[in-house]
Amino acid sequence: MWSIIEQIFPYAIIFTIPLLITALGGLFSERSGIVNIALEGLMVIGAFSGALSIHYLSGVLDNHTLVLWLGLLAAIIAGMLFSILHAFASINLNANQIISGTAINLIATALTVFLARNMTGSGNIRISSGFSPSNVPFLSDIPVIGDLFFTKTYPTTWFVLVILFVSSFILYKTKFGLRLRSCGEFPQAAEAAGINVRRVRYSGVLISGAFAGLGGALIIVTQSGEFTGTVAGLGFLALASLIFGQWKPLGVLAATFFFGFASTIANVSQVIPELAVIPPILLKIFPYVVTLIALVIFSKSSQAPKAVGETFDSGKR
Amino acid sequence: MRNTIVSLISIILGLVAGGILMLFIGSNPIEGYSYLLQGALKNLERIGNTLATATPLVFTGLSVAFAFRTGLFNIGASGQMLVGGLAATAVALTFDFSRPILLLVMVLAGLVAGALWAFVPGLLKAKFNVHEVVSTIMMNWIAYWTIYYIVPGYFKGEFLETESKKLAESETLRTPFLTNMFDGSYINLGLFLAVIAVIIIAFIIDKTTLGFELKAVGFNRFAAEYAGMKVNRNIILSMLISGALAGVGGVALYTGNASSIQIGILPAQGYDGIAVALLGANHPVGVFFAAVLFGILYSGTGFMNAMTEIPPELANTIIAIIIYFAATSVMIERLLNKFKARKSNKDKSGPVVEKGDS
Repeated sequence: MWSIIEQIFPYAIIFTIPLLITALGGLFSERSGIVNIALEGLMVIGAFSGALSIHYLSGVLDNHTLVLWLGLLAAIIAGMLFSILHAFASINLNANQIISGTAINLIATALTVFLARNMTGSGNIRISSGFSPSNVPFLSDIPVIGDLFFTKTYPTTWFVLVILFVSSFILYKTKFGLRLRSCGEFPQAAEAAGINVRRVRYSGVLISGAFAGLGGALIIVTQSGEFTGTVAGLGFLALASLIFGQWKPLGVLAATFFFGFASTIANVSQVIPELAVIPPILLKIFPYVVTLIALVIFSKSSQAPKAVGETFDSGKR
Repeated sequence: MRNTIVSLISIILGLVAGGILMLFIGSNPIEGYSYLLQGALKNLERIGNTLATATPLVFTGLSVAFAFRTGLFNIGASGQMLVGGLAATAVALTFDFSRPILLLVMVLAGLVAGALWAFVPGLLKAKFNVHEVVSTIMMNWIAYWTIYYIVPGYFKGEFLETESKKLAESETLRTPFLTNMFDGSYINLGLFLAVIAVIIIAFIIDKTTLGFELKAVGFNRFAAEYAGMKVNRNIILSMLISGALAGVGGVALYTGNASSIQIGILPAQGYDGIAVALLGANHPVGVFFAAVLFGILYSGTGFMNAMTEIPPELANTIIAIIIYFAATSVMIERLLNKFKARKSNKDKSGPVVEKGDS
């Protein structure tokens, strides 16, 4: 049993990281009061622009690691720019945030495949190679923990974890974090205190765009190595993890890791004899059913930002 | 009227944006659009295909619009279509009824399956206030994986593992009368079902107490409750009807337009239903025309793609942009108001409305 866990742990982490960073982005947006169902589309945009820039840059630059990081940067910028559409619609125009998000999901998937097909013909963009996993020196020699956390890790994993802790700090220990949270709870009070609610919400949405873009590109450089026009519902899963994690950074970490682990088990179940006895369908639907149950359990004590999803009307009492 | 103008302006803006995209990739937009129209409407067969393409969209559009009237956002039409299609396929492959009874049972099976799939989010919303957007997304993936294993397990196709056994022509909604009328198009009885659904839903929404209560819950849940309406029951009922519509949409898609169900795909029509409902201003008749428009875009792009270099994803892109403009209709309305204000400023000879008059 232990060897199975040891075997699948690295894969579970690889699966978790894009989900984690995307859900964290969603956290910034929702904590500022804007529902961001567009995470899926923003991930697609990130995957597309990441794959595209890596594809082209690898012909120009020799340093492949640099190319990969530049690709991630491009994905962050593209995600951020695209999320302006959502911010503009839901903050300036008081649009229904769920509809605006749905529209962005549709635009992102259609537009990227449209452009990719125009460039490559097949609509897929391959990159020559992604990051390669490596062991962390010294730490990987620690028994148990070393095997689980420090062998076969990607540099991007550590990068995302750093972002997680920085985000946590920003959210709870800085002026900006307090303002962001106040805009999601009671924007009228926040405005009365002199906070520019619209500006804070813009930053929340833009951060979510940047993180979701990064999440999409991480799938390309650590898992698939190819843009195929979809991220297979990971953005929606990130949204579910956000709620599952009760809009808290560490909760989100736990929720995304749960999804990562459960999905990995489902994916490898056929090759591991101990798991092959369980019908695969049960393993596949397990994370979704658990989410539904979790939503029911949390429903009484939901920590959702109070003003999330509502259009901001500064005259409302 | 106002909704119609907003929708029309959104459509025009979307088409303009599509034209700009075509220019961007170095194609001629006028040529592109003319091929698109030819591909969708040039002869009877293509018109039939266009209408057939629109049929599932009518159902999913109605499904989303109906739930939306009760203030519910049914994003799970895809999953409801899948289980509806699966139920109908299972009936067709299992039972040996005579054709009219078989078709009736298939449609009913799809209807019930879709309704059941939507019942879960409805119940969770009513009893536990679980947001239906998340729960319907979860239900979509549960449907996706259920189909993924049930189809190869029980209804495996003869040649391919990834699709169900092909239905015989007599086991589908296709009928020689329509096929011949439209020169061999795959148009089928689903279209009639869609028209009937439009009429029934319009009647429920506009003419019945039930429709009134559902709308009241959508406008203000608490006021409706105060007025003595059973809010929870209405929420569940609304989701049931919404899911039933999507389920029949699945029947039309998988046993009418197609004759087998494929695994590993969440039907895009479910998400497009949101677009159809929004563009149709959540009214059944509007939904019908919006679905036909999308049918034209989808079925025309194949021909356009064959004749030019433009990728067929142009249709999705245009639709998505239309929806963005429809979602931000405030912008269009502001422009309209400005336009109106300028107009009325010009001839302001008449009496000005006093403050407090209106």
